[in-house]
Amino acid sequence: MNYTASPGAIAIFVCFVISVLFISFYFARKSKSATDYYAAGGSIHWSVNGIAFAGDYLSAASFLGICGLIATFGFDGFLYAIGYLAGWMVALFIVAEPMKRLGKYTFTDALDSKFNSKGIKLMGAISTLLVSMFYLIPQMVGAGTLVTPLLGLPHEAGVIMVGIIVIAIVATAGMASTTYVQFFKGALLITFSLILTFLVLSRGLSTSPDKTDVPYHNLIALKVSSISDTSVKLDDPSYQVMSLIKTKTKSFVKLSKDNVESFWTLNAPKNILEETETITKLADGSMLYNGEPKSSNKFFQVGSISSIDGQKGTANTPVTTGSLNPLTYIAKISNSTIIRWDHAVIKDGGNQVSVYFQNPTSGRDILSPGLDFKVDPAKGATSVDRFNFVSLMLALFLGTASLPHVLIRYYTVPSPSAARKSTLVAITAMAVFYVLTLYMGLGAMTGGVLDLTNVNMAAPLMAKAVGIAIFAMISAIAFSTVLGTVSGLIVAASGAIAHDLMDKFFNMKLTDKKKVYAGKVTAIVVGCIAMVLGILFKNMNVASLVGWAFAVAAAANFPSIVMILFWKKTTATGVICSIVVGLVASCVIILFSQDTYSSVYNLVGVKAPFAFSNPALVGVPLSFIVLIIVSLFTQKSSDLKAVSGVAS
Amino acid sequence: MSHGPATQWKENKTLDKKKARLGVVMFVIYTVIYAGFILINVFDNPVMRISVGDLNVAIVYGFGLIILALVLAIIYNQICTNAEKLTEVSGKR
Repeated sequence: MNYTASPGAIAIFVCFVISVLFISFYFARKSKSATDYYAAGGSIHWSVNGIAFAGDYLSAASFLGICGLIATFGFDGFLYAIGYLAGWMVALFIVAEPMKRLGKYTFTDALDSKFNSKGIKLMGAISTLLVSMFYLIPQMVGAGTLVTPLLGLPHEAGVIMVGIIVIAIVATAGMASTTYVQFFKGALLITFSLILTFLVLSRGLSTSPDKTDVPYHNLIALKVSSISDTSVKLDDPSYQVMSLIKTKTKSFVKLSKDNVESFWTLNAPKNILEETETITKLADGSMLYNGEPKSSNKFFQVGSISSIDGQKGTANTPVTTGSLNPLTYIAKISNSTIIRWDHAVIKDGGNQVSVYFQNPTSGRDILSPGLDFKVDPAKGATSVDRFNFVSLMLALFLGTASLPHVLIRYYTVPSPSAARKSTLVAITAMAVFYVLTLYMGLGAMTGGVLDLTNVNMAAPLMAKAVGIAIFAMISAIAFSTVLGTVSGLIVAASGAIAHDLMDKFFNMKLTDKKKVYAGKVTAIVVGCIAMVLGILFKNMNVASLVGWAFAVAAAANFPSIVMILFWKKTTATGVICSIVVGLVASCVIILFSQDTYSSVYNLVGVKAPFAFSNPALVGVPLSFIVLIIVSLFTQKSSDLKAVSGVAS
Repeated sequence: MSHGPATQWKENKTLDKKKARLGVVMFVIYTVIYAGFILINVFDNPVMRISVGDLNVAIVYGFGLIILALVLAIIYNQICTNAEKLTEVSGKR
């Protein structure tokens, strides 16, 4: 699909950036001390902090990724929303108040508060940096991916633009400016998601949806008069049959009309050819979209309903529901048949053809688990599939409260009770948002708006079909989601280097002024590294990287946090070993998993040491066990240290 | 060492322990229900497709987890805030 930049989106985005930079320079004048820089002076009101939590946490993965997954796989995309929100229960009930009580500026501060251990300072900082990098790369890549369709600039330009703006935000006023940028972004994101959902419900469902941007493409079917093993005959003489290509599960027919070649799926039971979309890579490396160059704009948007309540619609007599409420919308989807799209790659002479073909799916299947995650053995799920699913849900549940860039937000409020209240505000905002993603995703799935080459664009394209003004706002907000999250990540990474390593581990005895200076310089360096990584990892599967960040955080950080709070026998050595084992186990499993072998190293057909891909179900228990065993074996030395500490 | 908090507030260790205990209870309640959702998906997936009015178990359970999160969070915060106010009042007497 070709995208043209929306002048409205550019204008709104420029206004947002100017506002954000104004906020940063305003707070820069007030941010003098280390407390101001790393913790916004500890003076942020809990209501502001709560929305800032939402602005920090609801990254492009939440807004664009989840809506895109729901638009493609229905309920399985919503599972991510459920998992992401469930993680905040851990944050509220277990972590919020103690984290505020124990630490000063960073997650490592809280871990080390009872021990004063160099090992904890070092490992806490390394864990923070590793998790932050795993999280930072997909955000920067996402910035580049978004900027092309939304602002009409190349990938690298998006990465550099985000990098420079975020460096300006963090290097000027650190946590203070970051807090208000995240607050601003969080408030806008939730407000406009509410508006978009209201518009989706007001439009209702239709087999031929109204779109304000480009007309809805009604799918064509060609009648077949006869089928043989090697060819078909069509009723329509304007098409010339070129060849019949069979795969394991499908038969495709290549046709030519007016010198344009197209591929169609043979539906033998109904004696029709169904329209597909194709991207053909020619032998000379050039690409054709539906048989023509990209500039011809023939690659159409998809996502439609073929029948509602058993009634089939046609181009001339569509079936519509009128406006619906949240419950009747789901009920109507459940009683509909929706045209989803599957993908196959076929060879046509010297050309490679990616074929996107129709897969009519009942609404009941879309609103049930199983279209993406294989968990039902009756439908071919293996024990590895089920292991991966449970491991992912565990990573989301335990990982949220272990993400350093989330935890440091607790230091910006004045007291533990304010930390708790801000978490409640965050949960409320995010609960509302995650419910809205279901409607935005289903609206995109059925609204004829999906770009098969970029599922992350489901929500902005849904907005575009509804109205150009809301598209401009949603586009600018989508881009801004990256700014808010990346700012938080850079503050966390900057704190790990300047505060945990330089000031605490290397004991550089920095004055307050020098601590702020060190924080600003490291923010610039980390920001530059993030820009380079965002360009280098351009073609990486970024959804995996976010999942890995959660899994590594859950294994490396969660056991230490919980055991320090609830088990008096926890020792410094136990914490250090737990973090090391959690980090190493998670990274080894990820690097040597079947998924990484196939999709990252391109070692197709090579058996990897680990069949499963998500390490949480192994890493978390292992990290807990190591902490307990090592702590029990190092009790005497910590007793001795406690006694000698009292004696001196 | 200077890991300690950057801001000051009135500490009450007895109250902190009570809040922590309540937090653990709430956490266990939610975890059991969340674990139930995952285990039903994995071990008895067809249950998720059973109709519940115009919806199904998957949608009702999924929405239920989100609503439950909000309800438990509000209850927890209310109990803690009331306890803090009571402690403040009895501290002033």
